[in-house]
Amino acid sequence: MELQHLIAKFFTVGDSKLDPAQVVNLMHRWVAKQSMPEMLVDVAELLHVPKGPGVIAVGNDADYALDHTDGRWGVLYRRKSTLAGTNADRVVQALRSAAAAAQLIEDEFKGQITVSRHDFELIVNDRALAPNTPATFAAAKADLEAGVKAFLGHADFKLEAQGGDPRRRFAVSVKSAK
Amino acid sequence: MKASQDLWKKLLQGKIAEPLASEIDAFENEIELRKLGKIDEKVFAETRLRRGAYGQRYDNGQRHDGTESRKLPFADKPTKGPGTVWDAPGMLRIKVPFGGLNPAQIEVMAELADEYSDGIAHITTRQDFQLHFIHIENTPAIMRRLGAVGITSREACGNAVRNVTGCPYAGVCACETFDITPYARAAMLFLLGHPDAQEFGRKFKPAFSGCADQACGLAYMHDIGYIAATQQGARGFKVVVGGGLGAVPRQARVLSEFIPLEEFLPVTQAVCRIYARHGEKKNRNQARIKFLVDKWGIDKFREEVFAERAKLKPDPRWTEYLEAALKEGETALRPGADLPATPANASENLRHWLKSNVKPQRQKGYYTATVALPLGDITAEQLRQFADIARRYTKGTIRTTVEQNFILRWVSGADILAVYEALHAADLSGAGANNILDIVACPGTDTCKLGISSSRGLAGELRTRLATKSFQMDQAIQNLHIKISGCFNSCSQHGVADLGFYGSSRTVNGIKVPHFQVVVGGQWDNNGGAYGLPIVAVPTKRIPDAIERITGFYLQEKQKAENFHSFIKRVGKAPIRKLLDPLVENLPTPDVEPGLYTDWGDPRSYSIGDIGIGECSGEVVSRFQFESTAAERMVFEAGLYLEKGDAQQAGEQAYKAMLRGAKALVQMQYDDVGNDPAEIVAEFTERFHDSGLFADPSVGAAKFATYFFDAHAAAGTGKKFTADLAHQQITEAQLFIDAVHSCYNRLRSAAPAKA
Repeated sequence: MELQHLIAKFFTVGDSKLDPAQVVNLMHRWVAKQSMPEMLVDVAELLHVPKGPGVIAVGNDADYALDHTDGRWGVLYRRKSTLAGTNADRVVQALRSAAAAAQLIEDEFKGQITVSRHDFELIVNDRALAPNTPATFAAAKADLEAGVKAFLGHADFKLEAQGGDPRRRFAVSVKSAK
Repeated sequence: MKASQDLWKKLLQGKIAEPLASEIDAFENEIELRKLGKIDEKVFAETRLRRGAYGQRYDNGQRHDGTESRKLPFADKPTKGPGTVWDAPGMLRIKVPFGGLNPAQIEVMAELADEYSDGIAHITTRQDFQLHFIHIENTPAIMRRLGAVGITSREACGNAVRNVTGCPYAGVCACETFDITPYARAAMLFLLGHPDAQEFGRKFKPAFSGCADQACGLAYMHDIGYIAATQQGARGFKVVVGGGLGAVPRQARVLSEFIPLEEFLPVTQAVCRIYARHGEKKNRNQARIKFLVDKWGIDKFREEVFAERAKLKPDPRWTEYLEAALKEGETALRPGADLPATPANASENLRHWLKSNVKPQRQKGYYTATVALPLGDITAEQLRQFADIARRYTKGTIRTTVEQNFILRWVSGADILAVYEALHAADLSGAGANNILDIVACPGTDTCKLGISSSRGLAGELRTRLATKSFQMDQAIQNLHIKISGCFNSCSQHGVADLGFYGSSRTVNGIKVPHFQVVVGGQWDNNGGAYGLPIVAVPTKRIPDAIERITGFYLQEKQKAENFHSFIKRVGKAPIRKLLDPLVENLPTPDVEPGLYTDWGDPRSYSIGDIGIGECSGEVVSRFQFESTAAERMVFEAGLYLEKGDAQQAGEQAYKAMLRGAKALVQMQYDDVGNDPAEIVAEFTERFHDSGLFADPSVGAAKFATYFFDAHAAAGTGKKFTADLAHQQITEAQLFIDAVHSCYNRLRSAAPAKA
């Protein structure tokens, strides 16, 4: 099974004091300075939509976002173009990219937002490659675990399929104590 | 490009109706040809526009960061059109004829928003969907997924017949003359890809309305509008033509007070032919049909249309489409019932929602429920939840509206509170549909290349301010419609709003400041009965204040039950101007009020440096260019068949490519040539070969014509193609098509007007 177009989202911890609209300015700076490894084109502010995609720095190969999908704030990385390497490599790439964005946001808004590196989700943003079924989880689990292990540096974590509505994208939740 | 592009092609094989499936295959091949530089960029631009793939802000590779305009580091690739970078995100517009949708279609829209866009689907002011930030190479997969549930993006943009819009209450409205739904559907089926509607100088927008008095159909602001009418008990349409908003608005004029049902498609076809033949092609600012109606006057236009109608060969589709469309009616899932009493403990929002969002249907015991979407946006998850609600309480009877909302139809009164609760759980229970809170805004500077000011930013700000107090306002104020366009092009339909705004910029203290022109005097009712006029440009940050001043004045001065349109008509625009003048005079410098020099929701210093060249008007591409491009694509496809080892298909496709090329030439002289190969060959022989027009010794054209004649002679004889024979036929087809181009160029030099 080939896992491409991964989304990694690290959830915020506690009640964020950050007004999400403030991130718009930061992301405009990312675009102006091309601060991320992938080229960024624009900033989409979608805060008027409840439980929506929040604020997105939009790129051609990838997006970065302060995301509120499902009513949970988090820092999100969405890979759009394909990547070479193994499935585990792509998991690591998505997690590292989201973590790097989370760090930049935390540094910019010190004390206003904390982003967990131990509570996150991975989504395969392609229903043809990875339908949301138990079979997909069975086929992808080992690669996902290998990627998460490489990112965290240990194997002390719990990775679970989110399952649920088969119309949703295949996603796993990861929780780690350290 | 997504890794699953080919996978979707296989998964959906056989699940997409023809000719849509072949159309998408063709477009996919045209994308490949453009990447190889084998299609001219202008032709490709119009080709993709006619598939709904539109440009988006910054697709020229430049972006102003608030300080200076910088080049975005896109990879160096062929363009998608003049000045349009290949990898730049674009928008895909998806047609929703008369706004009609079912839950399965909504679920696919959710999938696409998730996987290809930013997680948001956007409803437009012409009942379409738009997905933003789409890569051009992903569009064939998106189109296939849409096609599998009966939706197309074909001709959603470009110089073509755009979405056929219709009153979203059609069929359930108490005041309609009759249900326009089947006729809007028939018009859509008839006009989609119709050869007589392929050579317009600009876009062509049809709209259907079930009655004359209400706003829902907005027939008078369309290129062609159909208003349901009866004459001696027989059904038909009052047909109006030449309306339009844009920078130069026009009210449509009456083509006919009554056209019987069986005549409305042929008359429409005649209008298309007249517009294609006589409409302006070179100056796109004068190319909409309204300018032709202006130039000729409605009497001459009418005369030409009916003379053309008389010449049309009978087409069985004129009635077949009507018969088929009439079979598809809507019914209820559950028994009807009156609305229950509002519970004593009902929330304030529920009370408001019942008042503003629920409307009784003509059918006793049934109601429509409007799902008011903020700025027309909805998330993928909300779409899935809405699809579930539509299935649970109705037979999936959904319409989109020009106010960028959904309407759920055929809800039993007994279910209305349960529907509310389900919508509430999905964050879709916003009250205030069709009132002052239900602000319509075009994409503006968020994503549109033409945006001058942030229409969505202003709309968002106004919604926030009004949300808490709109229901405390006087009913006369609640009834107002606000529409905001990012530029003068009227995509929000600001000209027919009570309070309309369109983006402009002014220099204040030597610095550019985003403004909105305040437009009053428009009329939403009576199918968009009157257009407003701009009064004064006000800085965008002062617009909330401007609205407070105008509405305060209206409340204070209005006569009993006088609506806003009548009020403006009575008092005139001068007092409104006087009210607003203080908002535009003696503006503070940036050090005193820096916020004045930025736009809503955009912290960058304001600039108009990002405005690009719009694609609304498309590229003027002649029918020859389209047909010859299709011939080129077919030769390319023949090569692909050969690569796959299917020599027979390759050889036959190469012959078809030659036929298409020959037809392209014949159409220069004879519009109505059909698809019968014998007819094409006969016409080509007489008009181009025997006349000597095709002969050009410098390119060996005479020899290449014999390739075509030989291929035609062999077609249908059971000729078996080996790989070598197919290869030869492909080579000959390419040479013939090259000679077709050469002939066209020579003729165009000699007679540019026709070409």
